[in-house]
Amino acid sequence: MSKYYLNYLDELESEAIFILREVWAQFQNPVILFSGGKDSILVTHLAKKAFYPAKIPFPLMHVDTGHNFPETIQFRDNIIKELGVDLIVGSVQDSIDDGRVAEEKGKNATRNSLQITTLLDAIEANKVDCAIGGGRRDEEKARAKERFFSHRDDFGQWDPKNQRPELWNIFNGKHFQGEHFRAFPISNWTEMDVWNYIKRENIAIPSLYFAHEREVVWRQNTWIPNSEFLILEDHEEVVTKKIRFRTLGDITITGGDESEADTLEKIAAEVAGMRNTERGNRSDDKRSESAMEDRKRQGYF
Amino acid sequence: MLDNNQLLRFTTAGSVDDGKSTLIGRLLYDSKSIFEDQLEAITNTSKKKGHDGVDLALFTDGLRDEREQGITIDVAYRYFTTPKRKFIIADTPGHIQYTRNMVTGASTANVATILIDARHGVIEQTKRHAFIASLLQIPHIIVCINKMDLVDYSETVYNNIVTQFESISSKMLVTDVRFIPMSALNGDNVVNKSENMPWYQGAPMLHTLETMHISSDINKVDARFPVQTVLRPQREGFIDYRGYAGRVASGIFRKGDEITVMPSGFTSKIKTIDTLEGELTEAYAPMSISITLEDDIDISRGDMIVRSNNKPEASQDIEVMLCWLNNDGAKPRAKYTIKHTSNEQKAMIKEVIYKFDISTLERKEDDKELKMNDICKVKIRTTKPLMVDAYRENRTTGSIILVDDATNETVAAGMIV
Repeated sequence: MSKYYLNYLDELESEAIFILREVWAQFQNPVILFSGGKDSILVTHLAKKAFYPAKIPFPLMHVDTGHNFPETIQFRDNIIKELGVDLIVGSVQDSIDDGRVAEEKGKNATRNSLQITTLLDAIEANKVDCAIGGGRRDEEKARAKERFFSHRDDFGQWDPKNQRPELWNIFNGKHFQGEHFRAFPISNWTEMDVWNYIKRENIAIPSLYFAHEREVVWRQNTWIPNSEFLILEDHEEVVTKKIRFRTLGDITITGGDESEADTLEKIAAEVAGMRNTERGNRSDDKRSESAMEDRKRQGYF
Repeated sequence: MLDNNQLLRFTTAGSVDDGKSTLIGRLLYDSKSIFEDQLEAITNTSKKKGHDGVDLALFTDGLRDEREQGITIDVAYRYFTTPKRKFIIADTPGHIQYTRNMVTGASTANVATILIDARHGVIEQTKRHAFIASLLQIPHIIVCINKMDLVDYSETVYNNIVTQFESISSKMLVTDVRFIPMSALNGDNVVNKSENMPWYQGAPMLHTLETMHISSDINKVDARFPVQTVLRPQREGFIDYRGYAGRVASGIFRKGDEITVMPSGFTSKIKTIDTLEGELTEAYAPMSISITLEDDIDISRGDMIVRSNNKPEASQDIEVMLCWLNNDGAKPRAKYTIKHTSNEQKAMIKEVIYKFDISTLERKEDDKELKMNDICKVKIRTTKPLMVDAYRENRTTGSIILVDDATNETVAAGMIV
């Protein structure tokens, strides 16, 4: 009987497929939050598996800050075409133009926290009752306590002290009008698991994850890509380096690492040897000890 | 990492003082699962707080309120990987008022680790943790006899504690119990074998976790397939396709098996077992698959496909060991939604048979009020039959939760007796 067990990647995959099917069965109008990063690409790949031979029965939703890597948008449009699913775009620029939010000022200004309003507006406008995300519990300490099915009140807020207990594999998605859920099918995956799985399944990911030559500026201990949005300080110098990105966020805040890893095998090997956490290069998380928790409470991803 | 590496889930219960956070910190630190920026952050905090050296316990600090109060409120999940296995730790608070969190963390665990302070031996809290592990039928228990450095690494102290623990566990339904003397603070017998306790012949904790046999933790005998949703692709090549999507709860299904759909009782044969990668000849727990049948039968979410020669019991009256999870207690004869696998019905708690005093582990038959953290045996009546197995035989088809329709909150978790 000894062969009747799953290895860890198969077990994680099966768990994620189970969650995705539960979301579909328990909600009227779910969406996958798609950023073009590896985690949301992974969730989309798992959704393809969960509903095969049917196509993914719900749309992808992208919160577009306007500060994108062009490669990410290209990738997004390709995957939509390939899967034959709908795309909903929530635009931060529209939120700014409508006066819903105000742009941050200064050299380290980002549109990161502005996304919260756009995301919640898009959820409300599209009557979304469950937004499926690629959040993982190993990413950040506030996420370590996140549920698979995470309840949000009618202001879209997360209350870490009032979370529903989750036991066995029974998930309670019951909610009142106006409330919604976030669902996190890959909660139990680590960064290493994600890369090992992407390698195993040979999943297409944006070229930004592979080592490539790019114009960058050294800022806050990381290589920030040069872009039309970057305001240079006098002492800063644009140089060309061979780098790759470990996570993808806005082009204004995502730092790259110098790397020679230009294949999935090399990336997986590089990640295995890394001594810093994935979000260590994300200036949005460096703002304070509870930066992530505070944003999550307000309705962040 | 090898392709056949398994995933092991374990739970830790403990309070601030018995060294639980230090133990987890030590496991992560010595197995090189702590990153440099995380280590830097806790080194700085340790200095700020005036600790000597690095306080590994700080690594498990979570939410802002918890950091401020220095306690764990909720279940926190932590991850580490060794060349042999991937591990998920459900880190839960140990005090009596957090029984519900311990039960939550225990529900999916293969292994329960119970911490004992060698200076104090088996205390009330130890009994409670062992009781929860047996109630939730966690297949393996590791008793960590910690702080051995404070009792001069004494074999006699260790032996006495083992005897004390065995005298309480012998009254419970636990099968595989192992004892490890350790000092999480100094790293003895956590990842590395202790040089201070040559009298201990066993393996350190990590090696035990890496090698323990867990393939038999899932029931391989009773084939159960709760239907989550029906797949109807309506596209070319699949016009008449009708696949029943779900995760095998237990047992093994093979192509051609004679099956019965419950509760309707219709029978058919398995035509195909499908995945995106192609057809399978067999599927076993906990695989997520899609099944098609030879015959057109009306099947929907909440139904269960089982092998015809081995069926669960279809019942509207069940006896359950219930743990109350909500701030608001149970209302007498109140109606709830009961969730069992993918099935959902209305239910009523008809009778509280007895309540456990979780400190003394005695039954109380005069107190029948259900409040937060109470554990009791109850009779539940449902509007339609549930297809159930006893929890001790099947953790998936033997478990339920109750949802309060007025608040939509999950108010109780139950194990079918």
